[in-house]
Amino acid sequence: MKPLLEINDAVKTIYNDNQDLNILDGINLKIYPKDFIVVLGTNGAGKSTLLDAITGANKLSSGDIKLNDEDITQKNLAKRSRYISRVYQDPKLGTSPRMTVAENLLLAQRRGLPRRLRLRKLNDNMAKFKELTKDLPTLDNRLNTFTEKLSGGQRQTLSFLMAIIQKPELLLLDEHTAALDPQTSQELMELTSKIILEKELTCLMVTHNLTEAVKYGNRLIVLKKGKVILDLDKEQKSKLKEQDLLEYF
Amino acid sequence: MNLIISTISQGFIWAIMAIGLYITFRILDFPDMTVEGSFPLGAVTAVMLIQHGYSAEIALLVAFIFGNLAGFATAFMYTKLHIPSLLAGILTMTALYSVNLRILGKANMSLTKPNNIFNQYGLNKLPVNFNGIILGIILIAIITFLLIIFLNTEKGQAVIATGDNEIMAASLGINTTVMKFIGIMVSNGIVALTGGLIAQQNGFADVNMGIGSIVIGLSAIIIGEVLYPDVPLSIRIITIVIGSIVYRLILMIVLQLGFNTNDLKLISAIILALCLALPTIREQFFRAFRNGVKSK
Repeated sequence: MKPLLEINDAVKTIYNDNQDLNILDGINLKIYPKDFIVVLGTNGAGKSTLLDAITGANKLSSGDIKLNDEDITQKNLAKRSRYISRVYQDPKLGTSPRMTVAENLLLAQRRGLPRRLRLRKLNDNMAKFKELTKDLPTLDNRLNTFTEKLSGGQRQTLSFLMAIIQKPELLLLDEHTAALDPQTSQELMELTSKIILEKELTCLMVTHNLTEAVKYGNRLIVLKKGKVILDLDKEQKSKLKEQDLLEYF
Repeated sequence: MNLIISTISQGFIWAIMAIGLYITFRILDFPDMTVEGSFPLGAVTAVMLIQHGYSAEIALLVAFIFGNLAGFATAFMYTKLHIPSLLAGILTMTALYSVNLRILGKANMSLTKPNNIFNQYGLNKLPVNFNGIILGIILIAIITFLLIIFLNTEKGQAVIATGDNEIMAASLGINTTVMKFIGIMVSNGIVALTGGLIAQQNGFADVNMGIGSIVIGLSAIIIGEVLYPDVPLSIRIITIVIGSIVYRLILMIVLQLGFNTNDLKLISAIILALCLALPTIREQFFRAFRNGVKSK
């Protein structure tokens, strides 16, 4: 099977305390269609830098990234956003507070496309947005609510919907449940898992939560000091217990 | 009565400037000091062109375009040279002082030609000061209409998203740099247009007439927001007009109480500070009131 995303010898170097520091230190990674990869690692392991490099928010110092065999290393964030979407840890980062839920969804629906001087078609899409939110008690009947009035969990659910509304080639989840209370976090994680499996999305999920790491996904990667130190496939991961992961922290 | 009508007339014209300022201040979340330079830029451009025989409409159009260019300079420094927003605006504002002197050739100039927009389209047949009100209402209606239409386009929504949450906007593929250019340029265009109008209303242009203009614009916005806190964008623009008139009326009342006109800028700043502090004062007052009720 051909990989969807291929990262070759990825190095990201920053200058810190009068010396060069490799945040990513020669990462090689192949992500295949329908992979649901959980990425674990301590603070400073390079998890967010890896996601930044994939989205184009931060360019690599060396190495290359290919999406469907096309080299995207030099493509900027705007161009990559058509194929790659990301949900951030902070619920406030993923939505526009002065826009309604429906307006945010409409904005995300044109992900990566040029914005023209033509009137937005909000009313034409309301039925689709109602369908999208009807089974979500937190967002049902709130399409016209301004996002700033929503709770953190509601905003993060909206961010997630915005990320998947135009089925992305690759979905990146950057500790997207970490800022929520345990119950909301679990509800969002269940929703995330359900939609990823239903829509057969390819996903890279960064988490600190060992329970989530064991429970969800079909592949597990552990990063340490900018290197991949563990890469388990579905079968190996199914035998994994939370305690087994403690040695990597 | 004449004084009140004159004040309302000024309120309408200055409201146009406040609407322009609203684009950067609230929609883009960009504190733009450029307006203190682009406002007199519009005034000196309009006066010079009218004095050279051009029509008032052409003069206002060129003022708008020059305002766009001033905005372009600030946006360029901010987005491409990564100069902090406040400093970029201050640099353009400072540079524009010399540009305005170059355009006018001296510090001030009276408008002696008759082709003033306030004397055309039958506006001169209206009772004194009503021409400002009528012209103000017409221009506000046109600008508001165009602005609301624009903000409801895909590009307009992208401008709002950029001001609201730049990280999100960029991650959705919006070119946030272009959106900032659009917002800052349109804003300064409208501000310069107002400068051209005020110069024609007052009958002169002065290179120093921009001093304090940002306070006037902000006051209109803040008063509108304090009076009407949670309203949609289209209504917000109307509240800015109300805010502008209320601000002018407050100033008029203060001056009628016998304050020295030299203190006008001081009084303007105090009014703005009070308006900005009003939500906090109101909250603390109600908290103290509630605590008082509970303790009883």
